[in-house]
Amino acid sequence: MQIIDKSEIAPNVYACKVRAEAIAKKVQPGQFIMVIPDQYSERTPITVADWNTSEGTITFIFLDIGSSTNRLAELKPGEEIFSLTGPLGNSFDIKKYGSVGLVGGCYGIGGIYPAARALREKGNRVVCYSEARSKFLLYWNKKLEEVSDEVRYATADGSLGFKGHAYDLLETDLKSGVKYDLVITVGCTFLMYRISKVTEPYQMKTIVSMNPIMIDGTGMCGACRVEVDGATRFACVDGPHFDGHQMNWDLVLARRKAYLDEEIVSGERHDYGKS
Amino acid sequence: MKKSFPGKDTIMAKVSPTKTPMREQPPQERVRNYDEVPLGYSPQEAIFEAERCLMCKNPRCIEGCPVEIDIPGFIQFITEEKFRDGVRRLKEKNILPAICGRVCPQEEQCEQKCILGVKNEPVAIGRLERFLADWEAGQGEPELPPKPKPTGKKIVIVGAGPAGITAAADLVRLGHKVDMFEALHEPGGVLVYGIPEFRLPKAIVFREINYLKKLGVKLYTDHVIGQIRSIDELLDEYDAVFLGTGAGLPWFLNVPGENLNGIYSANEYLTRANLMKAYLFPKYKTPIVKGKYVATVGGGNVAMDCARTALRLGAEKSIIIYRRSRDEMPARDEEIHHAEEEGVIFKLLSNPAAFHGGNNSWVKEVECVSMKLGEPDDSGRRRPVPIPDANFRMPIDVAVIAIGNSPNPLIPSTTPDIETGRWGNIVTNLETGKTSKPGVFAGGDVATGAATVILAMGAGKIAARGIHEYVMSKK
Ligand SMILES: Cc1cc2nc3c(=O)[nH]c(=O)nc-3n(C[C@H](O)[C@H](O)[C@H](O)COP(=O)(O)OP(=O)(O)OC[C@H]3O[C@@H](n4cnc5c(N)ncnc54)[C@H](O)[C@@H]3O)c2cc1C
Ligand SMILES: Cc1cc2nc3c(=O)[nH]c(=O)nc-3n(C[C@H](O)[C@H](O)[C@H](O)COP(=O)(O)OP(=O)(O)OC[C@H]3O[C@@H](n4cnc5c(N)ncnc54)[C@H](O)[C@@H]3O)c2cc1C
Ligand code: SF4
Ligand code: SF4
Ligand code: FES
Repeated sequence: MQIIDKSEIAPNVYACKVRAEAIAKKVQPGQFIMVIPDQYSERTPITVADWNTSEGTITFIFLDIGSSTNRLAELKPGEEIFSLTGPLGNSFDIKKYGSVGLVGGCYGIGGIYPAARALREKGNRVVCYSEARSKFLLYWNKKLEEVSDEVRYATADGSLGFKGHAYDLLETDLKSGVKYDLVITVGCTFLMYRISKVTEPYQMKTIVSMNPIMIDGTGMCGACRVEVDGATRFACVDGPHFDGHQMNWDLVLARRKAYLDEEIVSGERHDYGKS
Repeated sequence: MKKSFPGKDTIMAKVSPTKTPMREQPPQERVRNYDEVPLGYSPQEAIFEAERCLMCKNPRCIEGCPVEIDIPGFIQFITEEKFRDGVRRLKEKNILPAICGRVCPQEEQCEQKCILGVKNEPVAIGRLERFLADWEAGQGEPELPPKPKPTGKKIVIVGAGPAGITAAADLVRLGHKVDMFEALHEPGGVLVYGIPEFRLPKAIVFREINYLKKLGVKLYTDHVIGQIRSIDELLDEYDAVFLGTGAGLPWFLNVPGENLNGIYSANEYLTRANLMKAYLFPKYKTPIVKGKYVATVGGGNVAMDCARTALRLGAEKSIIIYRRSRDEMPARDEEIHHAEEEGVIFKLLSNPAAFHGGNNSWVKEVECVSMKLGEPDDSGRRRPVPIPDANFRMPIDVAVIAIGNSPNPLIPSTTPDIETGRWGNIVTNLETGKTSKPGVFAGGDVATGAATVILAMGAGKIAARGIHEYVMSKK
């Protein structure tokens, strides 16, 4: 798949647009793709953040954090991605709920964008919460504002909007009487975990978009297993969206650390087999 | 080496009672590399072995081969040193001889029926098949059959495993236009992601896929059918659909602690090692936890592959935990034998009851129940029964669960009008490969549950015939 456009939209955060006509025609909010930047890289799951059916392109946002995303960050417009498969996983259930709160952090700001757009088209009141450590790490503010009734910003240093995390801001809002018929959150595991804890006392349905380690993304390996309501589920085919209040978070947090040592090795040896 | 044809009795007197041995890498050496273990026959060895065949008038061996290869026919060509003719004879029935010669369970199929086997060892049919296929590979480009007359029909194959490959090859040779969609980034199915390099070098599989492309099949990898396109959408564009999507859904034991870190399904373990080449980490970026003490649960070919892979990745101890005894193990004798030679430890009559974790939720111990054998069950094998109060624990740092797979639910779940059976398998007509959905055919592991390469190929052949009849009778 050919890269049409790629830019660093915030420090270490990239938006990448690729030609993928068939995927652009099919993809729904909340689905992901599997990307292998070059023949030596891992299969890397990444959420589809935007698409243009008539142009035949899809856009995704990624953080340059490890060996495979490093490699992806090095590729330039015009170059080919070794392999790109999708769409994978289920989409969010897009229908009329009433009022929906969408919470995004890191790549999840891109992740909630298509959901916001689709939910608003269905007549929901859509409030987005966009969070980062500081104002300069936020992205797509205008894009989000265009498809939401309101965007609420949370920055750890207070450089834009609320000073603190999105889960603190959401908690403040809920305490002051704000009600959502549905909360959706996309981003790092800790954010989704905290959001689930904030909404739990209000019994406010909360959908989390799980991002466990994956290999195939087609239900074949079981690497992505999570425990929901006591049952083992495969995030790539049964999810990635699950009820945050039924998630076994201890297990999720433990499984995420499985490859820490190897990731350090593969990150240091940054030779990509050129030798 | 010319063959003079003496009377049958003299042959009986002359033939060696045992198979011509095949050279192998010595166990101590091979556990440190990923290269193939058996090294193949030289032409002399092949001819010597071929001479053992009695060229029976009613060759029983053929009945044992699911695709009915003319076994004495191709063996005769070997004795005459007409290897090219031998290859042609093989390929009339089997387009993947280099693969089947290596991985078919011959001892339960062709060789089990061989008449020589009554008193002595049967003819080494698989090894001879492999010899011819490897010989052909050494001769440069394979021969292409004459181009068929186009029929104007378009057929789509879903899944590039042995079933799909065989169906595609047969259909394209009948003059149909054939497109093939594969979910992963490499074709080959289990041949590529499951069976390890040391048992089936991937170069062989890719050679066969290239042959398929030369025949005119168009292959599209990275296409997950059910997602990128539904079966109904395929039916709008194609005259018929063949589903050869395999049995890729791994089973787990459902015991406490099974989701701890360091516990893999066999599919994950082998996919990391084979498809993603984790054994070449960090040149290839996919990691695998090597483990000092690796326990593999199960007793089939898959379990042997995992246990042997663990040794090659550097495990100090690779242990197979199996709930019955060695006699009931479903793996091929040759695989069990290879595993034993390499130092795999067999903990028989034991079944995991729980996994216990240590720091960071890493598995630290497996707790097993000791079993004894009771009355035979439905499968005819003696049923394992737990012995009360005989649990024991073993320290491990990696566990691989290799207790079976069932068909991947993706296509049935996105195609509600296709009938499925008890294990989620797609129900087919055994003579035509037809499913309950008009225009849709299926075969291989997706229909039977996890089986063998040659049975999947046989099913691909049957379905190709069924599809041909179906599309040609359609207006
Ligand atoms: C369904 C799904 C959707 C995703 N969408 C996006 C997206 O839109 N944009 C994006 O940037 N990332 C996304 N991720 C996470 C992304 O797949 C990982 O960041 C990526 O695999 C890291 O690969 P790497 O080789 O570059 O880093 P590695 O070297 O493998 O890892 C570097 C660090 O990232 C952590 N890590 C590894 N795998 C994951 C993972 N699956 N999730 C979270 N952390 C991980 C490791 O613990 C390590 O600390 C998604 C994951 C899933 C499962
Ligand atoms: C580790 C292991 C060792 C084995 N050893 C032996 C042996 O020694 N001898 C032997 O005879 N048999 C062996 N087998 C069994 C044998 O490999 C299988 O029976 C055989 O491969 C089945 O072939 P198939 O074509 O039906 O399916 P598969 O080989 O499973 O191929 C199915 C293909 O379909 C693709 N697919 C699935 N879903 C979709 C979708 N929705 N869209 C597109 N593509 C899709 C998959 O990615 C896969 O490539 C072994 C199996 C394993 C796992
Ligand atoms: S295909 Fe398999 S069963 Fe048939 S002759 Fe060859 S090795 Fe034997
Ligand atoms: S049964 Fe054995 S001896 Fe007879 S033709 Fe077959 S392989 Fe040869
Ligand atoms: S990633 Fe392999 S089953 Fe989900």
